[in-house]
Amino acid sequence: MELALLVKILIVVGVFVLTLLVALYSTWAERKVSAVMQDRIGPNRAGPFGLLQPLADGVKMFTKEEIIPNTANKFLFVLGPCLAMLTAGMTSAVIPWGDTFVIDGQEFTLQAADVNIGILYAFGVVSVGVYGIMLGGWASDNKYSLIGAIRASSQMISYELAMGLSIIAIIMMTGSLSIREIVDQQPGFNWNIWYQPLGFVIFFICALAETNRAPFDLPECETELIGGYHTEYSSMKLGFFLFAEYFNMFISSAIIAAVYFGGYNFPFSDQLGLSQNWLTIVGSLVFFAKVILGILVFMWIRWTLPRFRYDQLMKLGWQILIPLAIVNVLLTGLGIIVFK
Amino acid sequence: MKALTNRAKVAVDKEYTLAERLYLPAVIKGMLITLSHVFRRKATVKYPEVEKEFAPVYRGHHVLKRDEEGRENCTACGLCAVACPAEAITMTAAERKKGEEKLYREEKYAKVYEINMLRCIFCGLCEEACPKEAIFLTDEIVKADYNRKGFVYGKDKLVEKMDNRIDITKRQKKY
Repeated sequence: MELALLVKILIVVGVFVLTLLVALYSTWAERKVSAVMQDRIGPNRAGPFGLLQPLADGVKMFTKEEIIPNTANKFLFVLGPCLAMLTAGMTSAVIPWGDTFVIDGQEFTLQAADVNIGILYAFGVVSVGVYGIMLGGWASDNKYSLIGAIRASSQMISYELAMGLSIIAIIMMTGSLSIREIVDQQPGFNWNIWYQPLGFVIFFICALAETNRAPFDLPECETELIGGYHTEYSSMKLGFFLFAEYFNMFISSAIIAAVYFGGYNFPFSDQLGLSQNWLTIVGSLVFFAKVILGILVFMWIRWTLPRFRYDQLMKLGWQILIPLAIVNVLLTGLGIIVFK
Repeated sequence: MKALTNRAKVAVDKEYTLAERLYLPAVIKGMLITLSHVFRRKATVKYPEVEKEFAPVYRGHHVLKRDEEGRENCTACGLCAVACPAEAITMTAAERKKGEEKLYREEKYAKVYEINMLRCIFCGLCEEACPKEAIFLTDEIVKADYNRKGFVYGKDKLVEKMDNRIDITKRQKKY
């Protein structure tokens, strides 16, 4: 029992540190990706290949002057970035980072909490994430912040619908809300994306919108709204907002990898002749490779596509993605009836 | 009207085809373009390690030339100051004393010669105006400074050092 608790704590701390690290280096990767796509080199001064750049950025963020506007609602102003960061961090709890380890006959799953409604939990927490942005933007007492916050919340609410509907198709197929269960039903190369290509496209587009990333970065579009909901923020509170975005990107990549790309499953895993523990380690590495690939695609899209106009964004969400998602649900239902 | 280039495209208000309305093919096309840029040669010059060469016509800060014997060419005629559109040049003339023939080539010389580098527009009219081939623009950059006074270059900074002669042949007039 003691050992189980210790391992659990280790997993929780490890997952948290790992998420932080990945988010930290996402900022570096983002700058590198943008650079190479624009025929530049990118950060290359702080350490080899600029690898110490995130640390330098962190030090800069921490040592900046902290400004709270005197008309702002101070409590909510501080609460905003905290909530954004908290909800971003909470989602990582239900993601299965790997299969089970067997030590002394005891089984340990590489997951902070195997909630049997994992997907629902993730959606719920992400929804709460809107409050961070909304509160922060409203409490700033600045019209640009407010417009950014309103855009963020309306955008996230609209796209959550289509996102949920595209996930429903997956749930119909697997019959479970637990992410681990969904992953376990995709052994080898039997990934969900082969059965749900339309659902995947919808989910991916919605994930972009949910994380407020280009081409759906309307809540913070510099050209119209200065900085959107974080216009009035400075120092590490701004850092938290920006960091939460990378956090969210990592988590949504992880969910996409788990739900559509088989999570820690990889082809020919049973032919390698590895022991259970080694298979778990390799599986975890494969999972991380998938997640990082997902993050790179997120960045690739950001540095390719221009921002949507707001009415186009709403039209895409309500008139195209939601009907498509409903059609996808119907098709899935039909498929289940016909083939099973 | 004849088009100036063959790159011009005629704008037509046509209905979008299904592929265009789907938007995704265009997205993939765009992403392939950015992907192709990943493998292209980078335009960056890694500055402190690699310095980009200046163009041969680059006009940097000035030099007051000496002749082969080390005598200053300038005779303080003031034509450069007259020619200067930015009024950046000021000078005070003085007569050459006996025993100073080694220092100044002409009987009159510039006791004070100052160029305000903040006013100067580096047009090169001073060197065109100079009848004595005394002032030239070099390919050296005017260095940054903390105060404005530092940008008023006196003779100490302008006159060419004998142990560090500056090649100005590429800016000499060709008659």
